[in-house]
Amino acid sequence: MTPVPLRADLAAVADAVPQGAHVLDIGCGDGQLLAWLRDTKGVEGRGLELDAANVASAVARGLAVMQGDADTDLADYPDAAFDVVILSNTLQAMQRPAAVLDQLVRIGRRAIVSFPNFGHWRVRISLALGGRMPVTRSLPVSWHETPNIHFCTIADFEALAAERGLTIERRAALHSGKPAPLWPNLLADTGVFVLSR
Amino acid sequence: MDQRFGLDRRITLPGDFALACGAVLPELTIAYETYGKLNANGTNAILICHALTLDQYVASAHPRTGKPGWWTRLIGPGKPVDPEHWFVICANVLGGCMGSTGPTSIDPRDGQPFAMRFPVITISDMVAAQARLLDHLGVDTLAAVIGGSMGGMQALTWAVHHPARVKKVVAIATAARHSAQNIAFHEVGRQAIMADPKWQGGQYAPDAPPADGLAVARMAAHITYLSEEGLTEKFGRRLQNRDAVSFGFDADFQVESYLRHQGLSFVERFDANSYLYITRAMDYFDLAEPHGGNLARAFAGVQSRFCLVSFTSDWLYPTAESRRIVKALNAAGAAVSFVELESPFGHDAFLLDAPEMNRVITGFLTA
Repeated sequence: MTPVPLRADLAAVADAVPQGAHVLDIGCGDGQLLAWLRDTKGVEGRGLELDAANVASAVARGLAVMQGDADTDLADYPDAAFDVVILSNTLQAMQRPAAVLDQLVRIGRRAIVSFPNFGHWRVRISLALGGRMPVTRSLPVSWHETPNIHFCTIADFEALAAERGLTIERRAALHSGKPAPLWPNLLADTGVFVLSR
Repeated sequence: MDQRFGLDRRITLPGDFALACGAVLPELTIAYETYGKLNANGTNAILICHALTLDQYVASAHPRTGKPGWWTRLIGPGKPVDPEHWFVICANVLGGCMGSTGPTSIDPRDGQPFAMRFPVITISDMVAAQARLLDHLGVDTLAAVIGGSMGGMQALTWAVHHPARVKKVVAIATAARHSAQNIAFHEVGRQAIMADPKWQGGQYAPDAPPADGLAVARMAAHITYLSEEGLTEKFGRRLQNRDAVSFGFDADFQVESYLRHQGLSFVERFDANSYLYITRAMDYFDLAEPHGGNLARAFAGVQSRFCLVSFTSDWLYPTAESRRIVKALNAAGAAVSFVELESPFGHDAFLLDAPEMNRVITGFLTA
């Protein structure tokens, strides 16, 4: 069985996961990334997901996934329980993103965080010229319906990481799934960071 | 044909069977059914553990009521537990009244029914009896043990007491201990039975049981298996075969009539003393108790993968109880899946049509 290719931002995250690692994917959705990591990298994965239908789909894939809320449930995990803790495209939906970041590097020896870059030029133009909250490909839901309540830019994220005393081991900036190394805070729609304490 | 396998089996295993309370049963009889075939490597056995008032007739017609098996939505051809692939075992619990050793059994030491001389049993004792049955059947390791409600308590106990014998555990709508509220409802049921003059200290004749007390016990318990939402939807304040209230104490309301019917039909198939003993076993259940109340420590040596399912409207074993188990399993480093499924049907949801539950169990078993 050939695994289905991953969405570009997930591929960037998966790229940072070592072979055979013990992984927790927070906000794992229907388990696409975890299943891919299991099938291609021999990863032993666990997942945490808020939505019951997604959990059912993930468990139906044979994954160990729990229904729960990252804002409250991460405190239950022991220290250094995982090699890698993944938070892909979920940070911006957290009630307390900074506290969640602290939990990530406590539970995992490394954390991989990806998020939509609110500093992307399309977002800036939408606000600056249109005067409206942006609705873009990576942010497709209008402001009053989006679960995303804490947007940040790549520069904001780096500042927060520094403030929490986290080491940025690797960073990748993507635009439409391709690397956007130049002026990432302006030209990338997604940021991917590998963090440790 | 191997007489150990098939429908409506019964085996008496000679020799002392020691119980948690310190008492010893001189022999152990277990009534059970098996479905499907045990494969050559013995890797396809699934044990189904039943709830308080259910029995071994999980996927075949009940001999007394004629009704189909109680979990044919989960077990059967094309279902998540298909006997085409799995060797399925379901046994009447120790203390039960459908053929396994219980208070209705004859004590071989004096030829009289045990009645209230039957020792108080525990969930652990039930599991130990099932383990003896598996030895008899030549099943070393279970691919899975699956149970809802009290069956879930047994499934969890299996993982704790026989870690090497259980690959996967499915525990549905259950808890790792009985709460004060759980105990309270059971006590109402027991007192209803014991207040019935026909109970006679448990020494009633088989044809003169304390049916009124047992029916009231069932009525009270049955309310806990449903939800307020479900009752409102099904009955509301609708009247039973009348246009106005009678200003009397007939079953004016449909819900009263329904509960009375539940009580009456229950006494046709269940023994009052068994009800006392099994409810007591559930009340004594607390997996964390031998570990100073630390549930994670109780799970410290488990080797199974776990799948827990709860239902939104179950207030008997609410989601919080499942979460407590999940949290402890997590702390113990066990592989655990958990999902709370939407249902208006209360605790009974796991016995009803639950396609999401089936999807989850199928995936969990085949992974």
